[in-house]
Amino acid sequence: MKLLRFVLVGFIFGVVLTKSEAISWYRIYEMFQFQSFHMYGIIFTAIVTGVVGIRIFKKKEIKDYKGLPIEILDKEKARFRYIVGGIMFGVGWGIVGCCPGPIFVLLGTGVATIAVVLVGALIGNYIYGIFKDKIPH
Amino acid sequence: MEILYGTWHWSISGFLIGVTMLLLIYFGKTFGMSSNLRTLCTILGAKNRSNYFNFDWREQKWNLAVVLGAILGGYFATHFLNGTDIVQLNPKTLQQLHALHIDLPNGKMVPDAIFSLDAMLTLKGFLILLLGGFLIGFGTPYAGGCTSGHAITGLSNLQLPSLIAVIGFFIGGLIASYFLIPLIF
Repeated sequence: MKLLRFVLVGFIFGVVLTKSEAISWYRIYEMFQFQSFHMYGIIFTAIVTGVVGIRIFKKKEIKDYKGLPIEILDKEKARFRYIVGGIMFGVGWGIVGCCPGPIFVLLGTGVATIAVVLVGALIGNYIYGIFKDKIPH
Repeated sequence: MEILYGTWHWSISGFLIGVTMLLLIYFGKTFGMSSNLRTLCTILGAKNRSNYFNFDWREQKWNLAVVLGAILGGYFATHFLNGTDIVQLNPKTLQQLHALHIDLPNGKMVPDAIFSLDAMLTLKGFLILLLGGFLIGFGTPYAGGCTSGHAITGLSNLQLPSLIAVIGFFIGGLIASYFLIPLIF
């Protein structure tokens, strides 16, 4: 039952992504066309909430639920991989209008054909895993 | 009740997504949805194909539980919190969609032009979905994360690499939105 809390967090996430329409292809298209503030507002508020929350965690040295100190790992210093990988993901995001979270949420909303996107993503992930050490990072 | 059944306001939605991330940190984990693709590959048999997949997937059980919750959340919101006036787009966006021959939302989340069964059963429609997914699956581990890992978690933790990645996401998204979508449709 240790996993139940994670199912609950995921549940909230799934409801919010659906009701905010962040899983909607239309909203992503509208965002990239700069014709609505809605998606920018969501991302911006999430980041502000996160910045403030993490600051409080760090400042008050809040421990996690197990009593261990909270540490958030720094991202690896690099440039190439973030730009090139980022652009590849961005193109996919712009075309099918969903990032990894929404792919799963859309399955739940009953968009069955999203399964093809998921299979494509698994193939892409597999190919990346195979060639990881052969491509520049 | 319209507040609950209609489109949730961006400030409430963004706040709750931020809380989702903070809750996971409090539970000793890091928010990141694309890692699940790797876990699923490992479970499906990729374990011995590359050191990238050679890890104990049970460490990631918690993240699969988040995925399960997200799927249930999508189901619940669609069946029990469904409003009528959802996905109200900018009239200009609607005009553009019309010009591209992409069907308008009218209460739908995704266009039939891309996600209907009929569209999927054409070669072009199938390839759009598959290649779009491929780019997401290849691009996110390459970039070390997606919207949840970089845009939300990374930027919240003031990480420069995440900012670079997010700029990459947007360059890619703009290329897709301005050049590829008009080309495809």
